[in-house]
Amino acid sequence: MKLASEQTLELDEGHVTVGQSFSDDPKMTMRNINVFYAEKQAIYDVSIDITKNEVIAMIGPSGCGKSTFLRTLNRMNDTVDGCRVEGDICMDGENLYAPNLDVVELRARVGMVFQKPNPFPKSIRDNVTYGPKIHGLADTRVDLDEILEKSLRKAGLWEEVKDRLDQPGTGLSGGQQQRLCIARAIAVSPEVILMDEPCSALDPIATAKIEELIEELSQNFTIAIVTHSMQQAARVSHRTAYFHLGKLIEVNPTEQVFTMPQHQLTEAYITGRFG
Amino acid sequence: MQATDLLLSLIVLGLFSFYWSRGRSLALANPLGGIRNLHSLPSYYGLHAALWCTLPATFLLGIWLIFDEIVINGMVMTDLSPELIPSDNASYNLILNKVANIANGILPREDQPSGLLDAADNMLSLNVVSQWSITLLIITLAMSGLAWSSHKLKVDFRARPAVERVMQNLLLACACVAIFTTLGIVFSVLFESIQFFRSVPIYDFIFGLEWSPQTAIREDQVGSSGSFGAIPLFVGTLLVSAVAMFIAVPIGLMSAIYLAEYASDGVRTYAKPALEVLAGIPTVVYGFFAALTVAPFLRDLGASVGLTISSESALAAGGVMGIMIIPFISSLADDVITAVPQSMRDGSLAMGATQSETIRKVVIPAALPGIVGGIMLAISRAIGETMIVVMAAGLAAKLTANPLESVTTVTVQIVTLLTGDQEFDSPKTLAAFALGLMLFTVTLLLNIFALHIVKKYREQYE
Amino acid sequence: MNNRSDTLSKIQHSLTRRNRAEARFRWYGRCAIFIGLLAVAVLFFDIISKGHGAFRATYIKLDIHYDPELIGINNLADNEQLSAGNWQALSKTALRNKFPDVSGRQDKRRLSKLLSNGAGFDLKDHLLANPQLLGKKESVWVLADDDIDTYFKSWLDGDAYDARMTAKQVQWIAQLHQEDLIALKFNSNLFSRGDSREPEQAGIRGAVMGSFLTLIMTLMLSFPIGVSAAIYLEEFAPKNRWTDFIEVNINNLAAVPSIIFGLLGLAIFINFFHVPRSVPIVGGLVLTLMTLPTIIITSRAAIKSVPPSIREAALGMGASKYQMVLHHVLPLALPGMLTGAIIGMAQALGETAPLLMIGMVAFIVDIPNGFSDPATVLPVQIFLWADSPERAFIEKTSAAIMVLLSFLIIMNTSAVWLRKRLERRW
Repeated sequence: MKLASEQTLELDEGHVTVGQSFSDDPKMTMRNINVFYAEKQAIYDVSIDITKNEVIAMIGPSGCGKSTFLRTLNRMNDTVDGCRVEGDICMDGENLYAPNLDVVELRARVGMVFQKPNPFPKSIRDNVTYGPKIHGLADTRVDLDEILEKSLRKAGLWEEVKDRLDQPGTGLSGGQQQRLCIARAIAVSPEVILMDEPCSALDPIATAKIEELIEELSQNFTIAIVTHSMQQAARVSHRTAYFHLGKLIEVNPTEQVFTMPQHQLTEAYITGRFG
Repeated sequence: MQATDLLLSLIVLGLFSFYWSRGRSLALANPLGGIRNLHSLPSYYGLHAALWCTLPATFLLGIWLIFDEIVINGMVMTDLSPELIPSDNASYNLILNKVANIANGILPREDQPSGLLDAADNMLSLNVVSQWSITLLIITLAMSGLAWSSHKLKVDFRARPAVERVMQNLLLACACVAIFTTLGIVFSVLFESIQFFRSVPIYDFIFGLEWSPQTAIREDQVGSSGSFGAIPLFVGTLLVSAVAMFIAVPIGLMSAIYLAEYASDGVRTYAKPALEVLAGIPTVVYGFFAALTVAPFLRDLGASVGLTISSESALAAGGVMGIMIIPFISSLADDVITAVPQSMRDGSLAMGATQSETIRKVVIPAALPGIVGGIMLAISRAIGETMIVVMAAGLAAKLTANPLESVTTVTVQIVTLLTGDQEFDSPKTLAAFALGLMLFTVTLLLNIFALHIVKKYREQYE
Repeated sequence: MNNRSDTLSKIQHSLTRRNRAEARFRWYGRCAIFIGLLAVAVLFFDIISKGHGAFRATYIKLDIHYDPELIGINNLADNEQLSAGNWQALSKTALRNKFPDVSGRQDKRRLSKLLSNGAGFDLKDHLLANPQLLGKKESVWVLADDDIDTYFKSWLDGDAYDARMTAKQVQWIAQLHQEDLIALKFNSNLFSRGDSREPEQAGIRGAVMGSFLTLIMTLMLSFPIGVSAAIYLEEFAPKNRWTDFIEVNINNLAAVPSIIFGLLGLAIFINFFHVPRSVPIVGGLVLTLMTLPTIIITSRAAIKSVPPSIREAALGMGASKYQMVLHHVLPLALPGMLTGAIIGMAQALGETAPLLMIGMVAFIVDIPNGFSDPATVLPVQIFLWADSPERAFIEKTSAAIMVLLSFLIIMNTSAVWLRKRLERRW
């Protein structure tokens, strides 16, 4: 294989994303997204679609903006002071940054799982029923218990915790905590689930369980996952997007990205030249 | 010599020994080819000598200062001519004062009984003897310290470790001041309280419903019981503190939440220090404000709607105390709220919770132990607060739970009982120490418990 | 999916209610902040509006004739004559000459009550400073009585308080005012004198000096002890039960009510060690014990903030632990320690309750000059004046509070400045 010279690894100014970034049946469409932290620009002119019920993985070296990009999809960036988003992000044709849009409703529709498991310091039951309770999704205790069991089953945690639902969620192991967070997210039946490096704090066995879970969930949910591990992207995703220094370099079906990358930078990254 | 002169001469001696020993070590080192042949730097030899010269002597001087007067007084009183020997404690002190005043020339020597004059002369001569002997002792001790140190001074003497060992012990002694303070508090209040409980049974004190220390003094009869029941004071203290917490907790907590979770950087930079100004205002100023502005205002306000509000109402004192405690609660709450990890908030917000739902259902429950600890510290402060209640609350002990009436508190009674010239061991002054013991015990328990909770909380999120 | 649209409609349904709750919650927060800030504003406004008048006092202009016969002296160097002299006659005569038609014993007494009863001694001091005036005449502004002062100030403000005035006195004042012989002038007495039973003659000089001496005493003791303790605990203490016990003690002492320290001072220093009452030494000792926890805690934080890499560098060079602390840690931690010391001193300056216990509440006219002179301190002076029945003392009290608060503001701002300026960020 020919080694690309250092020169070719530099990005040209007017870079255009290569590969298949657009979809015929999009769940979410992003066009010309720029994100700024105060004066510093973190994302440069990214356009991409997320297809219904697909798992799309976002990979790239540290600080490439993949997590920032993910957080613009449910407006979690609103909580960061000085963060500004330009461009259009639509879900089912509805602009997510429209002034009259309620973020509460948006975040109920686009759930999120974080890098470090962050169960609330409450019981397992309260963790999962938190969302349904605040959104008023259950009228009776029975409904609530039904949601609880369904969500925990979907997250593959039910068998492990059904006897200790009233014990604190913080007492679970790391992998269990992360699955609890997934159960918590799916309890409000979102349409899209965003996962921000969900396995980076977990050991390999727990990681395998989560990956299995993602595959199952993809039947019902649209999933966007940011990951540091190329193997993980290769294992769980249908499509892979490669980010570099805030720019979207390449989007292609996962198999193609890992076997025949179209862009030199992608190739350099997956062959381990940097990361 | 006087104590200050002695101290000055010790300092001079110390400086002399420092330079002398340093010079000697240099003189030892020079023929060998410089100071690198010494074990330690020359100044350590100097320090060693200075420490040995001054430390034991200063220690002795301290002991003498403490016990000199006590011993001399005792000797004077035992040598007193028999017709003057006092019958009780009070007249013992009276005679002792008289003798001391004659000796110091404050009272004229004319027309005094010869027994007292003899005693005064005795005291004067004892003073002279004591001062001469201490001077001699101290100089001897200082010189022998210096001699010891210079005897040790050799090329291979390990001066630095020796000096550092002494320094470490000095540092340890400083750290132990905190322990001695606690011990001092415990012993001073406990000792006097035990004396008090000999004349007033502890049961009557803690469960008695009537407090009027004045009667006991008037009858001048130790143990006249029934007037040292502290329940009205406890109730008054609790009432005032409850009013204070009723104001301080919601306002302090809500402002902490607003500042930590909602306020923009601009508001935070100005509002936070502005609120903390309240914490820096001396309590006597709050007392003045409560007594001269708030209390009359409340009284007039009450009168205009047909309510009788005492001009020394618990409401005025407690309300102003509440204002004082606002910044205390808000800064403690601010600390614990900001210590809740951002990931908790993110988790909740990402579920679609509104910000207030996140705060009420996730942040506050997570911060609850810390907040409870902070509120307990605030309660302990309210109970122990003195000046506001001394100036704005009443003196009469009334058993009531009505905040519009005048009540008195434990701290008010301590101040009233102890200001002015009372005989020290009358039950009246001893009662103040018994109240002090109660106050110390309750606040100590609250503090230990609260600090423990807060510490555990901090560890949880570290 | 049916389930999903159901969920969505439920969520949308709840939105209005939840957003209203959100707005309400925010509003509570704003209210809390507003109430807190309002309290600050009201407090300062109240104190300043009550106290600003005290910086000026009412003076009456009189033609004083320093008549040796009237005073009863002929030699200004003779102390016995000076103390026996009838100094009050100077101002009384001048006042009677001003209002010659006043007759009757009662009216005459009322008339002389226009002036402060210290007026004669002020004139004496003035004469002693200018001996050439003896036998001559001079127009002098003489200090008025406190009732007159209160009345005149309130009268100028258009809301005359004449409860303690007679009709004649009101008339005299009006006449003096017409002739421009009564005026408000800078109240130098407030800053140059000690306490007095007469409000118009009372000043804060004694209390300020007392506070100063007590604070010096406190600083001299608590700073070295506090810093040493902090160094020991941070750098040398082994991790054992004894050290834990010291720590628990320090933290608890920081939260013990201040009045308890007063009890300690009374029982230990005064009754056991026989330190005299009311003197700055004993005040300083008590305040030392009280501020020590604050100083230790802030000093420890300052030492902790020095990065371990610096310690390792010093030890790596072969410095002993003491040399490391003395040469490297201490200089770097010093600004933080000074900040802590200033905060501790500000706390001590405002403290009242423990000093009441150790007799610093006595009425002391003389200005203290040393650590063993009887003294009072500024907050206690405020307490004493606030308790006095005379109306004029309200004004004085507020003025004293203004002075105390300015000292505190200066100390606290300098602490903040010091922290910003000198503290290193690692």
